[in-house]
Amino acid sequence: MNKEFKPRITSFLCKWCSYTGADLAGTSRLQYSTSIIPLQVMCSSRVDPVFLLKAYLSGSDGVLLGGCHPGDCHYETGNYHTRRRFALVKEVFESLGLESERLKLSWISASEGPKFARVANEYTEEIRKLGENPTRKSIFL
Amino acid sequence: MNTTNELRKSIKALIAEKKVDLFLAWEKGSLPLTATPLFVSTEDQADRAVFDVTCGNNLSIYFTKDRKQFANRKVGIAVKGCDARSVVLNILEKQIQRENVVIVGVPCDGVLDRKKVLAKTDGREVLELIDNGETVTVKGNGFDLLLNRNEILSSSCLACTYPDAQEYDVFIGDARGEVPNESRLKEIHDFQALSASERWDKTRNEYERCIRCYACRNVCPSCYCNVCFVDQNDPKWIGSTCDYTDTLIFHVIRNLHVAGRCVECGACQRACPMDIDLLMLNRKVAMEVKDRFGDIAGLDINGKPAMSDFREDEKQKFIMG
Repeated sequence: MNKEFKPRITSFLCKWCSYTGADLAGTSRLQYSTSIIPLQVMCSSRVDPVFLLKAYLSGSDGVLLGGCHPGDCHYETGNYHTRRRFALVKEVFESLGLESERLKLSWISASEGPKFARVANEYTEEIRKLGENPTRKSIFL
Repeated sequence: MNTTNELRKSIKALIAEKKVDLFLAWEKGSLPLTATPLFVSTEDQADRAVFDVTCGNNLSIYFTKDRKQFANRKVGIAVKGCDARSVVLNILEKQIQRENVVIVGVPCDGVLDRKKVLAKTDGREVLELIDNGETVTVKGNGFDLLLNRNEILSSSCLACTYPDAQEYDVFIGDARGEVPNESRLKEIHDFQALSASERWDKTRNEYERCIRCYACRNVCPSCYCNVCFVDQNDPKWIGSTCDYTDTLIFHVIRNLHVAGRCVECGACQRACPMDIDLLMLNRKVAMEVKDRFGDIAGLDINGKPAMSDFREDEKQKFIMG
């Protein structure tokens, strides 16, 4: 295998903070990993566990969820609910013997373009070390 | 039989005093191993009510799955400990109003799992079941077995912590009180101690048998979405096959949807035709909810279900950046 492994990271970004943050990273001409595949959602709490699992079992090497910082949610409390839910999703992932490090939650505000670029790069690097999504081999898709 | 008589008496009293229009209880089933739900609206019908080891049905599912019938009606319901928690959960989730239900707690010593009885009789049909307290006699064509109660109880009952209704208007008989149940936690800890690949194999062994009949979802008192995510086809979240990808998504997501709302009544496991250990992951999530958020589903009628509540200062070590 000479070809370098390029992970695919499905990213659910909230419209009001993280997606705008990603936009800022772009308009500020910041370089960030092309592994990130951004999808806009209205709120991080709109992301049902089924989104995360479906993305993972459909072959994503990592799943990133971005929301506003606690207290800054456009809908006031959405991200607090996300936080609780995400903690459980990670636990269930562990219980199933899946790698819960492949799921990430990050708080990125609309003004944090550089942070978005940093998180994107760091996470891509982390996933590159973990390698390809193992469920691609253990269950056929 | 004593409980049955007491139950009949209190149903009659509630109907005579016009406190309820309708009462949900159990009657002797047409098959010996399962009781049938009974809808009582007159005093005469109350004589058909029974309560014994076969009364596994969680009657609270009628509140959410048969909404029209219960809208703005005074309804009485006979509940075991787990059923009472479902009723409380329905009240907390605003599916029914507290003032419209009269909760009658019955003392529960556990209910049987049909599949366990049939395993004991080697699949031979059971024609009669007699509950002697500690033991249960099952009779059929050419056999007569005396079974220990613990051998045939539903696994949710063997691990039950709250056998009595915690919220009730009338309680008949003697309450058992809270049962400290270490075995329930031990099972989860043992499972967690396995390596990742062993956990993967173990869960795969269970969920791979699923035939997607959705019996578990249909009997679940906490599953009452108008359109379940497995039935949606635009977008289609889940394939329609019985491949492991699809069965895994179904079970894991159903589990997460009832997280903090599962009362561990074990109805799903009793309903499962493939004998899948559905409670394992439910218990694991319930334990996690209790440890992290300090909430036990359906115990506190003044509380809030864990997943619709939050604290601002929760730990968030897993968050990146």
